[in-house]
Amino acid sequence: MNEHILSLVVWIPIAAGALVLATGSDRNAALARWLALIGSLLGLIVAIPLATGFDTGTSAMQFVEKAAWIPAFNVNYHLGVDGISMPLVLLNSFTTVLVVIAGWQVIQDKVAQYMAAFLIMSGLINGAFAALDGILFYVFFEGMLIPLYLIVGVWGGPNRVYAAFKFFLYTLAGSLLMLVAFVYLYYQAGGSFDIQTWHRTPLGMTAQTLMFLAFLLAFGVKVPMWPVHTWLPDAHVEAPTGGSVVLAAITLKVGAYGFLRFMLPIVPDASRELAWLVIALSLIAVAYIGLVALAQSDMKKLIAYSSVAHMGFVTLGFFLFNELGWTGGLVQMVSHGFVSAALFLCIGVMYDRLHSRQIKDYGGLVNRMPVFAAFFMLFAMANAGLPATSGFVGEFMVIMAAAQVNFWYAFVAATTLITGAAYTLWMYKRVVFGKVVNPKVEAMTDLNGREWLLMAVLALCVLALGLYPKPLTDVMHVSVVDLLAHVAQTKLP
Amino acid sequence: MSLTSFAPALPEIFVLVMVSSILLIDAALGEKRRYVAYGLSLLTLIGAALLTLRDFSSMPVLTLGGLFVDDPLSDVLKLFLYLATAAVLVYSRDYLRQRGLYRGEFFVLALFALLGMMVMVSASHFLTLYLGLELLSLSLYAMVALQRDSSVATEAAMKYFVLGALASGMLLYGMSMIYGVTGSLSLGGIAQNLADGTDLRIPLVFGIVFIVAGLAFKLGAVPFHMWVPDVYHGAPTAMTLFIGSAPKIAAFAFVVRILGQGLESQVTEWRDMLVILAVLSMALGNFAAIAQSNLKRMFAYSTISHMGFMLLGILAGTQNGYGGAMFYVIVYALMSLGGFGMILLLSRAGFEADRLEDFKGLNRRNPWLAFVMLLLMFSMAGIPPTVGFYAKLAVLQAVVEIGYVWLAVAAVVFSLVGAFYYLRVVKLMYFDAPADAEPVAAAADTRLLMSANGLAVLALGILPQPLMAVCVQAIGASF
Repeated sequence: MNEHILSLVVWIPIAAGALVLATGSDRNAALARWLALIGSLLGLIVAIPLATGFDTGTSAMQFVEKAAWIPAFNVNYHLGVDGISMPLVLLNSFTTVLVVIAGWQVIQDKVAQYMAAFLIMSGLINGAFAALDGILFYVFFEGMLIPLYLIVGVWGGPNRVYAAFKFFLYTLAGSLLMLVAFVYLYYQAGGSFDIQTWHRTPLGMTAQTLMFLAFLLAFGVKVPMWPVHTWLPDAHVEAPTGGSVVLAAITLKVGAYGFLRFMLPIVPDASRELAWLVIALSLIAVAYIGLVALAQSDMKKLIAYSSVAHMGFVTLGFFLFNELGWTGGLVQMVSHGFVSAALFLCIGVMYDRLHSRQIKDYGGLVNRMPVFAAFFMLFAMANAGLPATSGFVGEFMVIMAAAQVNFWYAFVAATTLITGAAYTLWMYKRVVFGKVVNPKVEAMTDLNGREWLLMAVLALCVLALGLYPKPLTDVMHVSVVDLLAHVAQTKLP
Repeated sequence: MSLTSFAPALPEIFVLVMVSSILLIDAALGEKRRYVAYGLSLLTLIGAALLTLRDFSSMPVLTLGGLFVDDPLSDVLKLFLYLATAAVLVYSRDYLRQRGLYRGEFFVLALFALLGMMVMVSASHFLTLYLGLELLSLSLYAMVALQRDSSVATEAAMKYFVLGALASGMLLYGMSMIYGVTGSLSLGGIAQNLADGTDLRIPLVFGIVFIVAGLAFKLGAVPFHMWVPDVYHGAPTAMTLFIGSAPKIAAFAFVVRILGQGLESQVTEWRDMLVILAVLSMALGNFAAIAQSNLKRMFAYSTISHMGFMLLGILAGTQNGYGGAMFYVIVYALMSLGGFGMILLLSRAGFEADRLEDFKGLNRRNPWLAFVMLLLMFSMAGIPPTVGFYAKLAVLQAVVEIGYVWLAVAAVVFSLVGAFYYLRVVKLMYFDAPADAEPVAAAADTRLLMSANGLAVLALGILPQPLMAVCVQAIGASF
């Protein structure tokens, strides 16, 4: 049992998804919902031993499983987690439960397909985080495009087709180049797709630079980094609430995770050499996209742009090459997972009642929905990086790390403390405070039990991580330190 | 020549005897009992498969004076030829019946074409290669023209015939030059002669150019692709289904036998030609497919690009490359059967479901068939976890192995372009409202076969090893 935890974490959601799909038409919608809930809870329960049984004293892969999968290519079914990927697997399994609950009443059309798509995607994402074989990773990494394409395209808003195509083709473009890099690495590593072998494979500077660019495109599109971020606002605006939550909380993390698992350890010399490029792009994302967010009139777009800015912190932290920066980036990833999920759920709550995402349609919400307004306040503060919320921890660590390297990096990054507060709180003010202008707002009701539960759980996570992040940083510590030491060594032959 | 020397060709002899009997029996039984011909044809395929399996050879056996070879490569490919032909018969039955094409000639021609392909796959001599090719081609010309009263089909058949004959001429011309250089028509003899070296370089290179051009015609590779869209579009869909599946497998064998076995030592000469063909095919096929509104034409252009991908494996000139190309072509036949089969399944009397808009809202009309089509489309686009991804991976690996990384990059860029039009089919099925409210009326056995076809694409994607191993071993034992 214990040696197959990761397989269970990957395959239980997928199997549950297939089962949900088998319930067929909307006549069995209730059955599909309950099956999906049970499947996602089961997926979370089997993931818990990963946290309880995790040894924080080593950077070696844990819960490893290995079996021959395609011997003709020397491809193995090789799973394992370390301090970097384990929290992400948990975050994903946890978010899946939230998404299933969030779509409980909202989705009335093709319920089984909706739930199944999320469950299958959850399993695939877990697989991507846990895969230690290049091809296995690629299969999970690409496979998740299929359910996400359908989620955006089938249940999305008016412009959904454009968003779905843009999202799919952008990500595919990056990952196909990465595939060529993988095949090249296979021969350089003497016929192996093993990621840990790749970490040790010496590579010349030209090869490293080309591969760096391939990885940058593949993962940069997914993160997404400026200037290839444009698919994200489109996809978010058109996706249903659950789709937005998964997109923001999880799929973006797969890109950032790719930097740590692939780019930095496999091509360390090129990464150091070209770090300025990533840092520049990250700072543009932080500073410029923050201003773009300020100008949005659509709440979902606003949060989408704020996601781009926040993920800029993650990539900035990674390319500072110090422990504070990496840990800060990773904490920021987890924190952003909670905060962005919560904010998209908040917008979902409002959208379900008023069917509008435009800021100008709201105003004076606090009169009708005081409980909701309180929760929304907390999450908005976390998004702005208020101390004692999870948003503060990661941003502060990255800014400190940047100050160690270069004052101006820290200076530009710190502008987010102003712009972030400005766009989030200004939106909050316009939506929640003031007089009720729109008569429809009069008719809005406060949170129901299901929504209250979602908000409360997320609020707890945001506060816990903000007040006491040590359990999370402890898990990461050894893995981060050892990986940094590895990246510091040259791989030039 | 003793009787035992015929033993390796037993499946071919069996098919020949059966197809001749079907011709007579069907003529005697008439229209009412056409199912006899149908059943007998399927029995023929099963019988041939059993004979092939019984005499499965683990190493090459040359027979009939060196004209014919029975090796693992031919045995494996023959099994897939039977499978593809059987699927064609099942998929197209109702379609042909509704259009008055359900005639004895169809079965006879299909089986003769199969016989031609079997000979091609097992040929080890220019003469047998050519005989097999012509038997296949003549049967296909007639099949396309079977719908006599359709001017589009007749036109397609005419084009197919004229251009096919031209290609055969080129091939023959090339073969005669190679014969002039080496003094041999058997592949083994040619390889032997060329390995010893020759000072007749110019006739040799000319011969190779003509042969490659002829092969490119038959494969439908750019710039020899002009016939493909018109024939695919003009022919009755059942015939397109046949042309698009099994003959591609035979064509693969044809190319690998001539280039890989006969002209093996000249790999540096023909590799560059194939690089050009492959890049042009992938580029034109994928870009032109975007502009199509007819699904059969779209698949025709997609075939062109897939053949370009398959050429990537062959041009590597390594065992890995041939194995990858073999895997690719088998997978392609599987996907192509599913794609055209779906058009047949959704068609009904007086209605051809061959336009893109006919797939609108399929997810509402029939979620299961939509899901199967989704798998097929993603597989053609090469997205994991479907088998199409491993096919692409196998050929990409082969070109990177010989150091052509730029070619691999070009290939993935074109496959990105290709992803667009496959995604569009998925978009029509899932995102749009149905334009056609008629329920899908297809017989239970065709539905079952279609489900198996779609699930095979997924199952082979999750566990590609068995098929991959078969291909690698077959190539390894035959070269």
